[in-house]
Amino acid sequence: MARTITYREALNEALAQEMERDPSVIVMGEDNAGGEGAPGEQDAWGGVLGVTKGLYHRFPGRVLDTPISESAFIGAAIGAATAGMRPVAELMFVDFMGVCFDQIYNQAAKFRYMFGGKAVTPVVIRTMYGAGLRAAAQHSQCLYPLFTHIPGLKVVLPSTPYDAKGLLIQAIRDNDPVMFFEHKALYDTSGPVPEESYTLPFGEANVVREGGDVTIVTLGRMVHTSLEAAGQLAAGGVECEVLDLRTTSPLDSETVLESAENTGRVVVVDEAHPRCSIATDISALIAQQAFGALQAPIEMVTAPHTPVPFSSPLEDRYIPDAQRIANAVKAVTGWTR
Amino acid sequence: MDPVTDDRIVPVTMPKWGLSMQAGKITGWAVAEGDEVGAGDDLADIETDKIAGTLEAPGAGTVRRIIARIGEDVPVSGTIALIAPAGVSDADLDAAAAEARAAIEAGVPDEAAGEPVVQTADVGGRTIRYTGAGQDGDVVLLVHGYGGDRNSWLFLQAPMAARYRVYALDLPGHGASSKDVGDGSVQVLADAVAGVLDAIGARRAHLAGHSLGGAVVLEAAARDPGRIASLTLIAPAGFGREINAAYLRGFAGAQTRRELKPLAGQVFADDSLVTRQVVDDLLAYKRLDGVGEALHTLLGTLLADDGTQRHDAAAAVAAIGGAVPITVIWGTADRIIPAGQAASVAGVQKVHLIDGAGHMPHMERPAEVHAAIEEAVAGAR
Repeated sequence: MARTITYREALNEALAQEMERDPSVIVMGEDNAGGEGAPGEQDAWGGVLGVTKGLYHRFPGRVLDTPISESAFIGAAIGAATAGMRPVAELMFVDFMGVCFDQIYNQAAKFRYMFGGKAVTPVVIRTMYGAGLRAAAQHSQCLYPLFTHIPGLKVVLPSTPYDAKGLLIQAIRDNDPVMFFEHKALYDTSGPVPEESYTLPFGEANVVREGGDVTIVTLGRMVHTSLEAAGQLAAGGVECEVLDLRTTSPLDSETVLESAENTGRVVVVDEAHPRCSIATDISALIAQQAFGALQAPIEMVTAPHTPVPFSSPLEDRYIPDAQRIANAVKAVTGWTR
Repeated sequence: MDPVTDDRIVPVTMPKWGLSMQAGKITGWAVAEGDEVGAGDDLADIETDKIAGTLEAPGAGTVRRIIARIGEDVPVSGTIALIAPAGVSDADLDAAAAEARAAIEAGVPDEAAGEPVVQTADVGGRTIRYTGAGQDGDVVLLVHGYGGDRNSWLFLQAPMAARYRVYALDLPGHGASSKDVGDGSVQVLADAVAGVLDAIGARRAHLAGHSLGGAVVLEAAARDPGRIASLTLIAPAGFGREINAAYLRGFAGAQTRRELKPLAGQVFADDSLVTRQVVDDLLAYKRLDGVGEALHTLLGTLLADDGTQRHDAAAAVAAIGGAVPITVIWGTADRIIPAGQAASVAGVQKVHLIDGAGHMPHMERPAEVHAAIEEAVAGAR
């Protein structure tokens, strides 16, 4: 585990190793090959995210540029999956998912059920989410709660390079449609990643910090913000246990409940809007199944129920920060009836 | 930089437990200034980002100065305490302590010097990784057990390197070596041992093997007794029927932290040694492609269907025919293979029973295992 690479490189390595291992794995999306048919060097970008760089030349014919028509190429990927391929489609911003929603929630998510288990749809839809890049209201949303709501989809949000590689390989090998969420702010983060292929199972939360006073349940980019808050709080003698859900569907409710029962005090941190979110979902789970263990009302730290602002100072205020998380922790530790 | 001005002063230094360790923290001192200690006595509890362990005294004497404070980061090989006889003056000790204090304050050097490089040998199409430490002396090759890797020797490899060239390998199916184990036989694993000896150009070597690794080093010696100067077997497989089958099957099958943690605890006498990091590292290993298959194949080598040991080392011992001196080390509290089997190893020169140690005496009581291996190596010359 000595080698350190970025989140972007970890994703690229997962794709390359799976394409090497299984010829049915293909990659498709806007500019994944760098603009097929346009003048200039192919594979100049490796997609706008840079994740597919180098794959076009290494796997001829298996990295496909698509038209700027999400409904068409997501539908094509889902169709290819039903016909025996394992496509990994890249949909630049999750904000654009609306135009291909029928293909995702009414087709891909339903095939296994509708055909009595005889059909599989091993498609992975990779997409970028989250605020912080001054990309405004139509390019900064989280939206993973929408997909978590739908039975038949698996929803994955890696927070580190190690998780990104292991979860993407698992996603590709999985026979169900997987929504794979990559936070814009994480691509350049780095960490130790084995060179060999490995898989991380879905539905296993990661206890990224142990502590006995307060449980912080979080996911994606907010794992790092929560760890920052937990570090500050530890200096003041409050020990937080930080859980990274890693997948919201399936959900590791056992680890969440176990930690909540141990600490009795819970803060849920979610970058999505507050209504019908992972924050409300986790809060409901704990309130319903671990009510007797709670020492204080559950606190939620989320973005507000507004579009993501373009104004830089407003966007900075919009994203939950370590201070807000620390305040929420103080609220649950200091609560009296 | 040598902070010691009088050679009767024995510095106690921050050990290097594992490749990535650059600093450690003292979490508690077991001694106070003025205490008499013997070699191997517990001195301090030390924690790194990977592991927690107990540091034992390098030599006998009086603890004259305690330098590292509880909770502070001390760079590897930084002096944390001074042991000296009564004749050494306070002025000399104060000078040495001040210098050591300054080294701790300076923090971890930017470039970690002398990191052992992971080396690679190609053995019959398999990539075998190993590390070496030490410049001079006899070659000692350390062979880990089932589900382990070369880091199992983290408490021994660096200290032993003061006198020997000490190598540790990852067997096929383990660590960073190829995960293909073929038919999973002890022969395939012994090929890797011979291959590493070839790669380092060792015409003669001492072998130490733990558990399954014990069976492997015996097999390697049986093939070529003239090449092996001594054998040290730590809780070796192959000397009785009884083995903890539930542990072995559970370890091979465990997919989650919840399943793995109680199992990992069984290999130590004191299961509080199993930190979250230890379990995470094991899980990360188990999730590599090919590892599940390798562990299941090797399980068939170790275990018969009725849950007793399948491997029998008697043939290897007979083939060696007394040509190689054999030392056996066993923890009396071993919960994987009972220590009573030590009595079944034929033609043994010496048996060290370590009172209260579990299946990993080289991690639980490294100073005693270190001394036993040194005795075996010295006696074989």
